Amino acid sequence: MAINLKVSSVGTRENRLGSITGYNGDLYDLVQQSRCGSLQNRERCFSQSSTCLSGCALGQLSGIRNVAVINHAPAGCTAGAPGSIVLNQQLAAKIGVTNNTVFLGTDMNEKDTVFGATETLREIILQTYKNYKPEAIFVASSCVTGIIGEDIDSLVEELKEEIPVPIVSIHCEGFKSRIWASGFDIADHAVLQTIVKPPKEKRNQINFKNFFESERNQITEIFREFDVNVQFLYQNSTVEELEHISESLATVCICGTLGTYLGNALEQLYGVPYIRTINPLGIAGYEAWLREIGKVIHKSDKIEAYIQRERAIYLPQIEELKKDLKGLRAVIGMGPGYTYEVSRVLQELGMEVVWAAAWHYDGKYDNDAVPPALDYLEKTSPTNIKLSVADQQNFEVLNIINEYKPDIYFSRHPGTTVWAIKQGVAALYVADEYFIFGYKGTLNFAKAVLDTVRNRSFEKNLASRVKLPYTDWWYQQNNSLLLKGENLLEENGDNLLKSVGENLLERKEVV
Amino acid sequence: MAKILDQPRYKCALAAMQTVQAITRALPILHCGPGCAEKLSGSVGSSGLYSPHIFPCTSISEKEVIFGGDDKLTETIENSLKIIDADLYVVLTGCTSEIVGDNVEDVVRKFKDNEKPVIYASTAGFKGNNYVGHDWILKAIFDQYLKNKKEVQKGLVNIWAGIPMHDPFWLGNLRELETLIAEIGLTPNTIYGFGRGIKNIDKIPEAEFNLLVSPWVGLESVKFLEEKFGTPYLHYPVLPVGAFETTKFLRAVGEYAGASKEKVEEVIQRKEEEYYYYIERYADVFLETRVMSKRFVVVSDASYSLAITKFLVNDIGLFPSKQYIVDDTPEEYREQISEWFKELNYGIQAEVGFSSDGHQIHQEIEAADFNGYPLILGSNWEKNLAKRTDAHYVNISYPVVERLIINSFIAGYKGGLKLIEDIYSVALTRFN
Repeated sequence: MAINLKVSSVGTRENRLGSITGYNGDLYDLVQQSRCGSLQNRERCFSQSSTCLSGCALGQLSGIRNVAVINHAPAGCTAGAPGSIVLNQQLAAKIGVTNNTVFLGTDMNEKDTVFGATETLREIILQTYKNYKPEAIFVASSCVTGIIGEDIDSLVEELKEEIPVPIVSIHCEGFKSRIWASGFDIADHAVLQTIVKPPKEKRNQINFKNFFESERNQITEIFREFDVNVQFLYQNSTVEELEHISESLATVCICGTLGTYLGNALEQLYGVPYIRTINPLGIAGYEAWLREIGKVIHKSDKIEAYIQRERAIYLPQIEELKKDLKGLRAVIGMGPGYTYEVSRVLQELGMEVVWAAAWHYDGKYDNDAVPPALDYLEKTSPTNIKLSVADQQNFEVLNIINEYKPDIYFSRHPGTTVWAIKQGVAALYVADEYFIFGYKGTLNFAKAVLDTVRNRSFEKNLASRVKLPYTDWWYQQNNSLLLKGENLLEENGDNLLKSVGENLLERKEVV
Repeated sequence: MAKILDQPRYKCALAAMQTVQAITRALPILHCGPGCAEKLSGSVGSSGLYSPHIFPCTSISEKEVIFGGDDKLTETIENSLKIIDADLYVVLTGCTSEIVGDNVEDVVRKFKDNEKPVIYASTAGFKGNNYVGHDWILKAIFDQYLKNKKEVQKGLVNIWAGIPMHDPFWLGNLRELETLIAEIGLTPNTIYGFGRGIKNIDKIPEAEFNLLVSPWVGLESVKFLEEKFGTPYLHYPVLPVGAFETTKFLRAVGEYAGASKEKVEEVIQRKEEEYYYYIERYADVFLETRVMSKRFVVVSDASYSLAITKFLVNDIGLFPSKQYIVDDTPEEYREQISEWFKELNYGIQAEVGFSSDGHQIHQEIEAADFNGYPLILGSNWEKNLAKRTDAHYVNISYPVVERLIINSFIAGYKGGLKLIEDIYSVALTRFN
């Protein structure tokens, strides 16, 4: 899909990518339907609290150093600020820099929902600029501001006259997409619109989009060997660095869900190649990824030499562990950027994936192709795999775990690990995006899996003492029971949003 | 009107879903966006019987914004009753459902004959913060769940103090207050945490009185209980920390309850003797730690700012700098609260500032004279301020991101010692 930076709001994933949050079936069917474009969403008639795109968008942007994120919303919507700012400080300290980013809100109240609060927002933006002199300002809308129709776009346009740093509005109405990853795109769109400049000269660097850069040192070292610098995004990046990402040799991303918009946009707009292989998790993923980078940056010889050297160190160790991992049965519940990647790695290590749940599914990425990990998995998986698109719905996951009784459950999102443990199943939290990165990560991951399944004391102790939140009735049902029939994808969200105001008026008259 | 919320120290009314979460086997059903609960839940202490990932949620999308969410809510409640094993279901509304005007009351009424009670509270985020939302939820439970006046049990006291989970020491403090109340011969009744729950809510109308230990949060709900059941309440604004305040507290409660004076004095004497056994042994640390100046600042909610100011002045002999209250205390309570800061030993008075603007608070603290290293008790937001001002810093208040508090407490005699431990564990990391 063509990237258009002129529009203030990027389309949701449902609209851009045909993404869905409800599906229950298997690998072969999902790939088949993705290829012929017949995939349709199944809504739920029951759901549990999950995540919204606002948290993802604001979380990404607040990781940039020395900027201001101003959330025009009631107090609760800014509750992510303390966590983000503490994280910023810890991660900045780790690499010996400081991050003075501020993340604040406008604490909207009931009067504001009637009369609007753009004037107060204006004052708050100006005061924030005066207090902190941030290098860029992101002004976010929320559910409330979206519904009452606050015109933050015009306000931001006006303020560009008064504020001499990049300032942009970002549209974070939590209700407009079921897919919180749309928030990643919103953040990318804002960075591309306001900060990134057209290229002047090529830089000897590669853009590396990730979350929290735990392996920053290792990756910097690896790419130094290929004579290339690494520009990590967005955590710990500066506005000045972001201005130049259009000049990089290539963009890579540790997670396809996270990277699709930025990677494709930089390629479409500025000719920066986006590496679209399977991700560098596990051996096959790492090698495919490295080789593609080698081709793009013309360093295939060096990369081949690196692969051979590292293989000799790690492969024998991994092979040794595979003997013990063989046959372990696993259930996975992660975002789609990881579910299919981790499935491949587990199979590579000799484990059996009995169910893979992804929280949403992008039928295609911004280059209109089926996500590579799924495509690859379909070709390499020894058998078909049961899959669901489960929208982080814990009741479905626990039903699956109860039915399939795996040896281990792999989680990736905060608050989702404990439930497998409460059902007595070992669980490993694969939150760090580099947990399975490269040969070394794959080896460490294999060790962690074995450590997890070999000492089951914690889950045994806890499971024997706690009650589960679900009824016996639920455990006797099929996990897809609350999925409705296949529905057409929802109408274009942006059009729907426009009619909100009119509809509200009508409703009020009726009342 | 909107205002700058720089360094947020409170959340919105919907975040008081934690009040429901704190009642064993009570389940919030959220009529709000899909991400509200995750944003509001905080990161620790949340994986009990029901966590935010278990809370049913209508996950409002554009469709409900436009066409209304009544059907979605009905369906969600129906399925919650089938899927989640709970004893009390509390429907909570968020901003979106309130603005679009869903008829939550009507929807919930459909479930009035359900075997397990289903009630609702209006907790739109724009209507107030989680301190007031807490009161609204309690009122909703008292109003819709509790039915009839019951026979009053002599000596039974409902205790209400800090708000669940947002106040980092809420549960430990509550347990310690229960212990103290029991020592003077009364029978405490509380509804939160292990071993308490709906059976304790059932007992609320049987209490002789409600004891509210808080400057303002909780007043609405104890007043409501007075209206509905005629249960009087004792509003004791100072969470007692340390010997001086805890002794005052026990005397006040004892007198109000008509407890035996001898018994109260006997308890006080025994507790104080034990407390001062420790204080005496460690007094040299307090007197001879070179880096401790005499001045301190608390940046917290009204309850902790008042409680800790009283403790450090009246117990430990320190002097208050200007103190800060960051809970967006409603205007009508501010004057009275400021007066309480003037009631300190030896005529000492503390000035107090109410603000949601962390930047302004920090500027004032940086400009203040602490006559040595400042002692700052506050939230995670004060950590950097402490670095800039070379202060001793203890995190006692939301947000608490870099400290784990399970069930420890600062209330009572023991709680005072714990707070001193925390303060000196920081001070002792420096010699001069």
